[in-house]
Amino acid sequence: MVTPSSTAPSPQPPGTPKKGFKGWLYKRFPVEEFMSDQLTGYYAPKNFNIWYYFGSLALVVLVIQLLTGIFLTMFYKVGEATAFDSVEFIMREVEWGWLIRYLHSTGASFFFIVVYLHMFRALLYGSYKAPRELLWLFGMAVYLALMAEAFMGYVLPWGNMSFWGAQVIVNLFGTIPGIGPGLVEWIRGDYGIADATLNRFFSLHVVAIPLALIMLIVFHLVALRRTGSSNPDGIEIKDKLGPDGKPLDGIPFHPYYTIKDIVGVGVFFILFSIVVFFVPTFGGLFLEAPNFEPANPLSTPEHIAPVWYFTPYYAILRAVPDQRLGALLMFAAVAVWLFLPWLDRSPVKSMRYRGWMSRGALTLFAISFLVLMYLGLQPAEGLYVALARIFTVIYFLFFLGMPIYTSLDPVKPVPQRLTYHAHA
Amino acid sequence: MRTLKTLAASVVAAFALAGVAGAAEEKAGEHEGGALGDSWKSWHAKNEVSNVTSLQRGARNFVSYCEGCHSLKYVRWSRLGTDLEIPEEQLEKLLLPPGDKPADYISASVPAADAEAWFGKAPPDLSLIVRSRGRDYIYQFLKTFYADPSKPTGVNNLRLAGTAMPHVLSELEGVKKAVFKTEEVKGEDGTTHPEQVLEKFEMVLPGRLTEAEYDSFVRDTVNFLDYASEPAQVKRQALGVWVVLFLIAFTWMAWLLKKEYWKDVH
Repeated sequence: MVTPSSTAPSPQPPGTPKKGFKGWLYKRFPVEEFMSDQLTGYYAPKNFNIWYYFGSLALVVLVIQLLTGIFLTMFYKVGEATAFDSVEFIMREVEWGWLIRYLHSTGASFFFIVVYLHMFRALLYGSYKAPRELLWLFGMAVYLALMAEAFMGYVLPWGNMSFWGAQVIVNLFGTIPGIGPGLVEWIRGDYGIADATLNRFFSLHVVAIPLALIMLIVFHLVALRRTGSSNPDGIEIKDKLGPDGKPLDGIPFHPYYTIKDIVGVGVFFILFSIVVFFVPTFGGLFLEAPNFEPANPLSTPEHIAPVWYFTPYYAILRAVPDQRLGALLMFAAVAVWLFLPWLDRSPVKSMRYRGWMSRGALTLFAISFLVLMYLGLQPAEGLYVALARIFTVIYFLFFLGMPIYTSLDPVKPVPQRLTYHAHA
Repeated sequence: MRTLKTLAASVVAAFALAGVAGAAEEKAGEHEGGALGDSWKSWHAKNEVSNVTSLQRGARNFVSYCEGCHSLKYVRWSRLGTDLEIPEEQLEKLLLPPGDKPADYISASVPAADAEAWFGKAPPDLSLIVRSRGRDYIYQFLKTFYADPSKPTGVNNLRLAGTAMPHVLSELEGVKKAVFKTEEVKGEDGTTHPEQVLEKFEMVLPGRLTEAEYDSFVRDTVNFLDYASEPAQVKRQALGVWVVLFLIAFTWMAWLLKKEYWKDVH
């Protein structure tokens, strides 16, 4: 519980006359209302654990990407004759250009690390369940936009893997019956991946998708403000209000979680900086070696693999011998996430109170996602393909079997109040 | 206390992860009976980009033996001079080709079209060769030329079989013969089949350098190419230490602040 008004500043009711600049400003702009609606008056469960850092961290990475992106755009020269050279110019001759570029390229991978952990948190504590279905859907829309953003951004340096990765991924749309070939040509703007493709990807990467991303993130946060955050116990703090009408197990987001999140941001920046300053290519996972060769339509890299964050889906694509069916299954693997709130029939949200079936299924799913991620980076041959098939089946069984095993799962009783032990 | 432990664990985990990423690149080839076999594939360049004198020697090697055909089109002479601590006067006297200005990018002496006509393939620009192929690749390439009379250049290479590049360093290393032997190799299906396996190299025409001298010549050259592929890398790592130290101090203070604020949450 919070001792009222000791540390949490309680804003004066709106309309209170104030002198000076503050008074002038507050008359014209709802500063206090915003603070109290969004921060000091927004109550969050007090038992957030480490899994609850990744939402705010995703926002931090977004800001890193936007800021570094703005500076990269000042020096990057779109066009198949200039793109590769301009990236090297940034790396070598622009003051601090190497740092800006590494922050951006590392940021792309960390965005997905953070988002995947954020999504796993949702699976772990049932954050997608009613009443948070729309919140989940907005989150998934952010994830889809992020995938498009990352893919197009990866094409911009116009390295050889940029070129061939674009070739493979754009061609997937060609497997759509009937409209496929025409659609691919429309996306590329040419008969092959070419200057026109690069130019439109640049436009989409720096203008269209970031705008969509920001809008979707705002919707995601607005939906969160309506339902309130879930928590590791998966119970609603709004059901237990104190005499003052505030949730008994809630604490104001500001200052408690703003301050706590700064610690999370600090730890995040330490790990982020270790990569940026010491292993920016991360052994070829974050920046692939073939991408330090300029795009060459005549020379195919030995293994074409997308960047690690796409490889679970890529492994599913290659697990199927028929290309059209493989592409269909891959799109299904992305789309199936959307149905999660309606596939889950468990009466409880959190894994803390679920039985062995849900727990086992989630463990298997997490393993299969990681194994598929690994397999997508390997050549599609022999044992790798066989394993990819097994884990593709497990991947889909997690979702498709969910209505069954979550109904049969022996759940434990859920407590009335949050489990929270203050730290000594 | 728990937060601090988590923090420490995360830092350790990040370093471990970086180590795994590095180790994944290393694959050793082993062979019975002391034959070289594929063991050259695990030779490491072990170069140090922070070693400026090695870089200076590497630059000299590059200008003497590589720059005839290969450019470093993203590297300016002046930048090289600054980073490698070569005074401008010496840079112009010893390294700069006649007619080139310090602000020029490093170009090949031979026009690419001529080189293509002579070798059948234009010699690639080497600005990013270490980033695209790896430092060990270049090291292995420069160490595994062997005499092969069937080739127009008279040599072949283990790392890049059928390379169009002549062994321009043969006056230093000498010319060596590759001795192969037939070995029964177990295939994936379990059956054995005979395969040509490299047994050893044999020097047939000694060069000006001893084996050890040639080895350090190659290491210096690879080191220089490593530098050229990312001139900012030494500065990057040096700066990184301070950044991480600052962030650790920052996070520690943020954690103290958090503890103070959360005292009244029960």
